[in-house]
Amino acid sequence: MAKKKKVKAVLMQGNEAISYGALAAGVNFFGGYPITPSTEVAEIMARELPKRGGKFIQMEDEIASIASVVGASLAGAKAMTATSGPGFSLMQEGIGFAKMIEAPCVVVNVMRGGPSTGLPTDPSQSDIMQARWGSHGDAPAIALYPDSVLESYELTIRAVNLAEKYRTCVTLFSDACLGHMREPVVLPDLSQVKIIHRIQPTLPPEWYKHYPENPKYISPLASFGEGYRFHVTGLAHDAHGFPTTRPDEVARMMDNLRNKIVHHTDDLVQVEAIAMEDARIAIFAAGITARAAKKVVVALRAKGKKVGLLRPLTIWPFPDELVKQYLSDVKGIIVPELNQGQLSLELKRVLGHRKTRKIVEVQKNTGELITPQEIINAMKEVH
Amino acid sequence: MEKMYKEIRLSGSGGQGLITAGIILANAACIEGINVTQTQSYGAASRGGASRADVIVSSEDIYYPEAQYFDILLCLTQESCDKFVSNLKEGGSLIIDTTFVKNYPVVQADVYDLPFTQIASDKLGSVLPTNILSLAFTVRTSKVVSESALKEAIIKSMKPAYLDLNLNAMKLGFKLADSFLEVE
Repeated sequence: MAKKKKVKAVLMQGNEAISYGALAAGVNFFGGYPITPSTEVAEIMARELPKRGGKFIQMEDEIASIASVVGASLAGAKAMTATSGPGFSLMQEGIGFAKMIEAPCVVVNVMRGGPSTGLPTDPSQSDIMQARWGSHGDAPAIALYPDSVLESYELTIRAVNLAEKYRTCVTLFSDACLGHMREPVVLPDLSQVKIIHRIQPTLPPEWYKHYPENPKYISPLASFGEGYRFHVTGLAHDAHGFPTTRPDEVARMMDNLRNKIVHHTDDLVQVEAIAMEDARIAIFAAGITARAAKKVVVALRAKGKKVGLLRPLTIWPFPDELVKQYLSDVKGIIVPELNQGQLSLELKRVLGHRKTRKIVEVQKNTGELITPQEIINAMKEVH
Repeated sequence: MEKMYKEIRLSGSGGQGLITAGIILANAACIEGINVTQTQSYGAASRGGASRADVIVSSEDIYYPEAQYFDILLCLTQESCDKFVSNLKEGGSLIIDTTFVKNYPVVQADVYDLPFTQIASDKLGSVLPTNILSLAFTVRTSKVVSESALKEAIIKSMKPAYLDLNLNAMKLGFKLADSFLEVE
């Protein structure tokens, strides 16, 4: 029998996996300000980037960090930063700016308890809505949330890819538990991993437009210093990047920001459905909370109970269609989350009210995880 | 493979090296090819305050990553013993450092009570490797991972300057376990 060479697993931390995922995706700039529980990402990037010809800068705060990331992105770098709630708050203006000027970048938010400085060392999922609505103005968001160390690696690569492909700022969520959790992982062969680079302009510089004229498309992105001249402003702008208040031009710009996300939900949205085929009770959970949910599904299925799990890997855009498809006809939905009901609010928006279906919320924001038993207890409320 | 599932909590105070011990134990399990998750909980201070590391080892996939009902509970402080002993499984192992843990309840479990910190100070000339001393004791009494994997994990994790001290602590931990088991 031919013996296949066994690839050895290595023990890796969630934050480590994010860093190595970023490097695998080609991130070559990291500007950041260390904050628990995300610090390991900055530490590893500080150590690894210079070895690979990349740049690491520790900025004076998170406002400067996101500014450095946006600047690096415009200069052609695959740029990212990592932070937690307090830093994510400070970065909101810069994140909105990155979205407005369509500069690809990734912000990792390893969530901890809030508000304010909150619970620095404890997990939370209370920035779900902030990733969607944190910056002022209308602009859709892309946010991903893994539930394991290996998936932290995979979704970091995906976050960088999506940022480059859609020319926007992508949020990658983790949390204090997942970020510090260690598991054995076998990293995929890099030759098998799809890496996306932003489209470069092929037109001569004098024909270059920094933004698409047709809101259906995402236009190529030139880098500063390559001879392409363009203007960058947070003001509403025309295709060359110059300020405008002409309604037709503003409409084109706003349509583009919106359409490039909402017209590509099939490409953007990922969910994991476990034992949902005949489930009468479904758990809807993301990130670290889904780990408790998986334990519940396995334990209750072994007893013949028809319980399933729907887990969004893509938090934004919210998986409206898949939620309807999987959860419309179940008898009960348990929504455990480490906040005061951010995912369940979206779920109710999508599903609406139905007499024959009960949504049971399980919420905790004490810095502790929701246990499998707490999810099982909540099922008693479904009759 | 035989089905196996064990929850281990290493608990004490910040600075006692329990998270390091948890990572080493998880590394040892990884080296052996066993499924493992390691999580941790600690305060904002680098020293003092409650600190713990959880390690779950299993022949199956591990979903919920925190230890809830312990097969093995190591307590290096009175506070951690008071807090966690009620969730020790019947027939599990309670390993306590009597240097700091003066009171502990009667439990339906194997109790290993030794002044680990005092022993480290007397025999190794430093309290620093108390974590490795007590971890090695835990591994030999519970056989949760192999001793060769533990040694490999220690070598992998320790800075060269501290390696000899910690390998000596490991050997002493094994010896203490032997003499404890002999007396029993």
